[in-house]
Order: sequence, then structure tokens, then C-alpha cells
Amino acid sequence: MIQISNLHKSYVMGSNSLHVLKGLDLDIQEGEFVSIMGSSGSGKSTLLNILGILDDYDQGTYHLGGKLIQGLNETKAAMTRNEMIGFIFQSFNLISFKNAAENVALPLYYQKVSRKKRNLIALEYLDRLGLKEWAHHLPSELSGGQKQRVAIARALISQPQIILADEPTGALDSTTSFEVMDILKEINEQGKTVIIVTHEHDIAAMTKKIIRLKDGVIEEVIKNGDLQLFKDRVRTE
Amino acid sequence: MFDVDVWQEIFSTIKKNKLRTFLTGFSVAWGIFMLMVLLGSGNGLQNGVKENFASNSINIMWLWTGDTSIPYQGMKEGRTIKFNNADYTFLKEKGENLEQVSSRYYLPGTIVYTYKNEYGSFETSSCHPALLEMEKVIIASGRFINDMDMNDSRKVIVIGENVRKALFKEEDPIGKYVKLNNVPFKVIGVTHDKARNDERTNYIPVTTAQRIFNGADRVHTFAITTKMVKTVEEADSITAKVRQGLAMRHKFDPNDKKAMGSFNMLTEYIRTMKIFQAIKIFVWIIGIGTLIAGIVGVSNIMLILVKERTREIGIRKALGASPASVIGLVLLESILITTVAGYLGLVVGVGIMEGINYALEQALASGAGDGIFFRNPTVDFTTAITSMVILVVSGALAGYLPARKAANVKPIEALRDEN
Ligand SMILES: Nc1ncnc2c1ncn2[C@@H]1O[C@H](COP(=O)(O)OP(=O)(O)OP(=O)(O)O)[C@@H](O)[C@H]1O
Ligand SMILES: [Mg+2]
Repeated sequence: MIQISNLHKSYVMGSNSLHVLKGLDLDIQEGEFVSIMGSSGSGKSTLLNILGILDDYDQGTYHLGGKLIQGLNETKAAMTRNEMIGFIFQSFNLISFKNAAENVALPLYYQKVSRKKRNLIALEYLDRLGLKEWAHHLPSELSGGQKQRVAIARALISQPQIILADEPTGALDSTTSFEVMDILKEINEQGKTVIIVTHEHDIAAMTKKIIRLKDGVIEEVIKNGDLQLFKDRVRTE
Repeated sequence: MFDVDVWQEIFSTIKKNKLRTFLTGFSVAWGIFMLMVLLGSGNGLQNGVKENFASNSINIMWLWTGDTSIPYQGMKEGRTIKFNNADYTFLKEKGENLEQVSSRYYLPGTIVYTYKNEYGSFETSSCHPALLEMEKVIIASGRFINDMDMNDSRKVIVIGENVRKALFKEEDPIGKYVKLNNVPFKVIGVTHDKARNDERTNYIPVTTAQRIFNGADRVHTFAITTKMVKTVEEADSITAKVRQGLAMRHKFDPNDKKAMGSFNMLTEYIRTMKIFQAIKIFVWIIGIGTLIAGIVGVSNIMLILVKERTREIGIRKALGASPASVIGLVLLESILITTVAGYLGLVVGVGIMEGINYALEQALASGAGDGIFFRNPTVDFTTAITSMVILVVSGALAGYLPARKAANVKPIEALRDEN
């Protein structure tokens, strides 16, 4: 699904240049449930933005679904994002003056699905996430967990193959965090590739593969079988 | 781009910024409103002046004679110049760029009009049939003098409203005989004398006037209509040619204004209309200026709006909005605000001018508006449409910069968590 080799990314600010990703190699298969960890500033968000075609990279290659993603123009990038990727953010990023259903339906608007049809589908997705009664409420009337569930519905509505989530539980209490993780797990079990960035070990431990970033490269990959080991290590750390 | 969804998107943002949208819209509406009021007023003034000219053909010219004031070909000044019938024939046949000619013989002394027991003295004009058109005489009943009246020197008269009232009272004067100094004239028509002076209201054939009142072939003045020309220079050159021709016949200096006086209405008309053209240009400049101020306002508001909506635009882009769709969103909103506001300004402006026009017409109809130098102060359809087109274009201009800015929003920057 995702093949990255020798990926480099620097941020240039005036005369300064910050080399964030330094020749990173990464392979993620279809249907994987991956978390990316690492200290603050290690480049987790940077990597996720490149995966989501929200940002471009300097060197190396990135194949998404077998297609090379390189130098796409904005329109093409937007189209690819719309079709292939669902985003979930730490701060939800719902549009404040649109109600839950309208927020969820937005990706379908950019697919030119008729208003009636997409609102119907949006209700269906909200229902699946247990938010049917909240469909016509504005984001400001929802709790954090509810907002994140709306955002998840929005990420799912265009039926993307990949869900990218940058600290999806970062703004939520632990109970709600686990609820959200349960939903993501369910989504993964339905066959979607899910990639999350997180700081929390117990959240990461709920995924099937953990990638640890350090100094712009992958320091360690912890696979499914070793997870118990990882959990024990966390306990002692 | 023009489906319901786009509009729904736009309306939801407008609803969120009601006051600001209103204020911006107002400045645009005000610009267009001012433009319409100024243009309408300019038109009203112009039409008023035109109406003043309209009591005659605008291409009319009058000639009259006097004593020479410049010595010419050995002849001293002070010679009296007199027109005659041969001059009429000359102007009629040889006059370049002239259309119609009417000569006038001044009846001597005071002419007393008598009908039955009623009498009074009135001004009498003698003329050719052509004068009907040239001086825009309006016939209320009967007819004007015709060629047969002229050829046979018939004793016929077209009387004015004043004579009809004074002598005929309630009687129908057509076919009756009125005596002019004891000579009976058959009344063939009555003129409508609204807003005209008395002097021009009674007409007899010039041939009859010369015969009955011992005029021989003497002519006092000519009225001439010239070719319609567009410039003052052309009009002046026609006047000069006429002066030259008659000066040659009567042997006076063509520049001698005392020997022969001339007044070419067309020269004055063209001059006046030029002034109005200048006024119109001035009004457009002011109006467009006001409009530009409004458009800059809209552009500013849209820029602020785009800045405020950076995050929202970032979200949209992350979810698959193309740059084109973002540009469409901002551009259409800007066009919508300017067009709707401008249209309202247009309607109110045009409405007010139409209202004034209505009041004016009522006043004129009731006779109360005689002194008003203002007619039909309205803006024509083409101008209104032009303004509308300008508005839509300016709406697009106002939205262009902000739209570009919006399209350049980078999702990662817009979505970065600031907390
Ligand atoms: N747009 C940008 N311009 C310049 N520098 C940037 C930009 N985005 C990120 N950086 C820098 O790049 C480095 C990596 O940032 P990134 O956001 O990827 O880190 P992260 O691993 O997500 O950290 P955190 O856990 O705090 O979210 C940081 O030092 C950050 O300051
Ligand atoms: Mg981050």
C-alpha cells in the first residue's frame, strides 16, 4: 500500500535549513494498523503529512497504492487525498458553522455527490458511530469524543483505503481515547489501513505495529508478536 | 461551479458576517446610487435645455437686415440693406446646405382684428408654408397655410388661441371671416399656443401680406433650416456661406453684422450639448470613483475573511477541495455581494429619479411647473445595464486578490495545531 524509500525532508526558513527526515525507508501493507511514535520534534507529523500528500518531500520515492506520488499539482493532490485518504486530527478540525451531518458530508461534496444523497450517507455514517441524534448539532454543542467521532465519520465517508490520524486521542480523556481506539480498530478490521501518530504507549499498544522515529530515521519497528514485549518494556521504562 | 451547494456555502458565510457584509455592500450600493442620481440629474438638465431648443427646429437660422457699418467697394457705411423676393428665390435655389426657407414681411403699423362686434390688435406673422415645420407650429384645429394659398395670395389666416378667445369666444372660428384693418381674411386654422409668445400665433401667407399691405416684393426677415451638422465649425461655415451669398447680392461686407444680422441655432445647440457631454463624463468619473472606493472595501473585507477562514480553507483542501473550487467560493461571494448591493443601489437610484420625473410630469401637466428647467431626469436602459456589467466585473476584481490568497493556503500550515 505504502512504499517509501530514502525519504528526505528539510524545512527551509530563510538561511536556516532543518533536516527533519533523513533517508527514511518504510513499507506498510494493505490492512495494517500502524502507530508512529517518537519524541517531540522527531518528524512524526512531517512524515504523516507527506503520507497524506499534504506536503511534498525533497528526495527519495513515495508510492501510494502502486502509484508514485511526486510533484503532483494541487488539483491532482486534492483529488488523490479525496479518493484515497481519510484524515483524523488531534483538534478535530470540524468546520464550526456547519452541523455534524454537513461536516461529515463535505468530502462527498468535493466528489460532486448530490446534496440529498450525501446527506443521507452522512446520516448513515453518523448512525454507525452512534451520533444520529447529534446530526444537526454544531460542533460547539458536542463533547470532544463526539467531535472526534464526527471527524472519524467524515474520514470514512469517502471510503478511502487509508486512514491517517495525527494524535487522534491527544485531546481526549483516557476513557474516550479508548472508545476512539476501539472504533479505529473496528475500521481496521473491516480492511482499511490505519496509521496513527501518538505519544501514548497504551494507545500505541492497541495497534498491530509500532514504528519509532528518531533523528529522522526509523529507530525500531515493533511487530505484532513483540507487542507484549513492548508493553512490558513500557511498564518498566 | 454554479450549483446550489456553492451558493449554500456562500450564504452560510455571509450569514455569519451579516454586519460586515452589509457595510461593504452598502458602500457599493452607495456608489451606484450616486452614479444613477448624478447621471439622472445630468440627463434632466440636458433634456430641459433640449426642450427649450425644441420650440424650433434645432437647425433653424434667422436673417434680418439693417444699415451697413463698414464701407464696401467705395460705398460709405450707413446704407440700408433690404431683402426682397429675389433673395428668397436665391436662397431656395442656390443656397448650399439649406433645407427650407420662409420669408417674412412685417405688416406696417398696428393691425386691428375685427369679428362681428369684437375687436383688438394683435401681432401678425407672414410666412411660407414651410414655417409650420421650421418653427414647430402646432395646429389645434383646421390647417396651416399651403402652397395654393401662397400662389393665389389668398386672404386666409391661421389664428392663435388668444385671437380665438378674444374674438370668437365659444364659436368655431374655422371658415369664418375676421377683418384685418377692414380686409376680410378667412380663418383656416387655429394654433395651439402653449408656452409660445403672442407674436407668433397669427399667420398669413407672405404673398398676401405683400399685396394687401403694399409690400411689393419687400422681405424683412428669413427663417432657414440648414443641413444637420455635428460640429460648430461646420455650422459656422454654413452661416458664412449664406452671409457671403447675400452680401454679394446686396454689396456689403460679409462680416458686417449691422448690415445683415444672422443667428444660427445649430451652433448654439452643438455648443450646449458639448457642455453636457463634458458634464456627463465628469459624472461618470465621480460615479466610478465612488464605485472603486466600494470595491476596494469589498476586496478588503474579503481579504480579512480569507485570513479568518484560513483554517477552514485548509480543512477543505485536506478533504479534497481543488484550488479552483476555493477560488470559486471566494470569487462568487465577492461577486454576489457587489452585484446584489449594486443592484439595490441601482434600483433605488433609478426609482428615485423616476419618482422625481413622475412628480415633475404631474407639475407640468397641471401647469405648475412652467419655470422648471428640468425634464425627464432618468437614466436609460443601456446605462443601467452598463452599470450592472461594471458591477459584476468589479465584483470579480474585488474578489480576485483574496481568492488568490485563499487558493494559496497550504493545508499543513492552516491545520497546524497552535496549542
Ligand atoms: N512548516 C514548518 N516549517 C519549519 N519547521 C517545521 C515545520 N513543520 C515542522 N517543523 C519542524 O520540524 C521538526 C519536526 O516537526 P514535526 O511536527 O514533524 O514533529 P512531531 O514529531 O510531529 O512533534 P510533536 O510530537 O511535537 O507533534 C520540528 O523541529 C519542527 O519545529
Ligand atoms: Mg506532531
